[in-house]
Amino acid sequence: MAQWQSDKGKRMITQIAFYLFSTVLLLSAAGVVFARNPVHSVLLLILCFFNAAGLMLLLGAEFLAMIMVIVYVGAVAVLFLFVVMMLDVNFEQLRAGFIKMLPVGLAVGGVLFAQLVFVINAWPHLLASPHVPIPNPANVTNTAALGQILYTDYFYVFQMSGLVLLVAMIGAIVLTQRHRSDTRRQSVAAQTQRTVDDTIYMVHATVGAGVEIPGDSK
Amino acid sequence: MIPIGLSVENFLIVAAALFTIGVLGVFINRKNIIVILMAIEMMLLAVNINFVAFSAQLHDLTGQVFVMFTLTVAAAEAAIGLAILVIYFRRLGNIEAASANQMKG
Repeated sequence: MAQWQSDKGKRMITQIAFYLFSTVLLLSAAGVVFARNPVHSVLLLILCFFNAAGLMLLLGAEFLAMIMVIVYVGAVAVLFLFVVMMLDVNFEQLRAGFIKMLPVGLAVGGVLFAQLVFVINAWPHLLASPHVPIPNPANVTNTAALGQILYTDYFYVFQMSGLVLLVAMIGAIVLTQRHRSDTRRQSVAAQTQRTVDDTIYMVHATVGAGVEIPGDSK
Repeated sequence: MIPIGLSVENFLIVAAALFTIGVLGVFINRKNIIVILMAIEMMLLAVNINFVAFSAQLHDLTGQVFVMFTLTVAAAEAAIGLAILVIYFRRLGNIEAASANQMKG
């Protein structure tokens, strides 16, 4: 009886957590789309990511939930926030076609959602899981298990994703860097091409006569 | 594993709804490229939730590994997209998607 009750309590807590996370997730997602101010959009996006991380925690993917918070909230959302605050745009003007496009968007979204729900409901294989699992024994944590297959089976893909990040980083820097003509910049080529002959010369200085400096046209 | 009291369909429906909201966002904010990029991020997030739900359902960690790669690509995409947005704004002075007609496409 006690076992049954604790099982029931656990079940209720997971259900409450699931419905809480998913409700806030969907509401904040709708807020991102409909918010007037893009700064509010970004902040709601952060809330969205936090709740998605909560859902992943419920599913037992602790490492991914933490990565979700670190990468999305710590990097991507802050990047969005910087750009939104940096650009001096009249955001009211950008919402001009909002009402006009709303019926089309709702129609397309409704059809898409209905189709997805049909697929989910009509797929009988979903409940059976005849899959051969990659071993994930109970005494190994989620992070350790992920590391064990990420650095062995998926090593090349892992390296490639590093390469993708490198290309993205260089691309972002090259795209946004601008050369302003009114500022003095360091010329590395000119610096490294300097030799001793260019910079040091000997003069015969007689006492009281002064010195002719070569290159000084005055 | 899927927590007791819930099934994989619960998570799939939430992910489907999130994806639909993302598509809706692309449609109704057609002028504002920043919100379009955010909507794309939300669609990728929905896909990630699907991956993790199936990973939990099938007891197979491959889904979670794939989420990491999706996350990498999403971060790279956001960085490049926002960089393009910044130079777009510098050239044109606005961020309307309709202004991108220099190539007469």
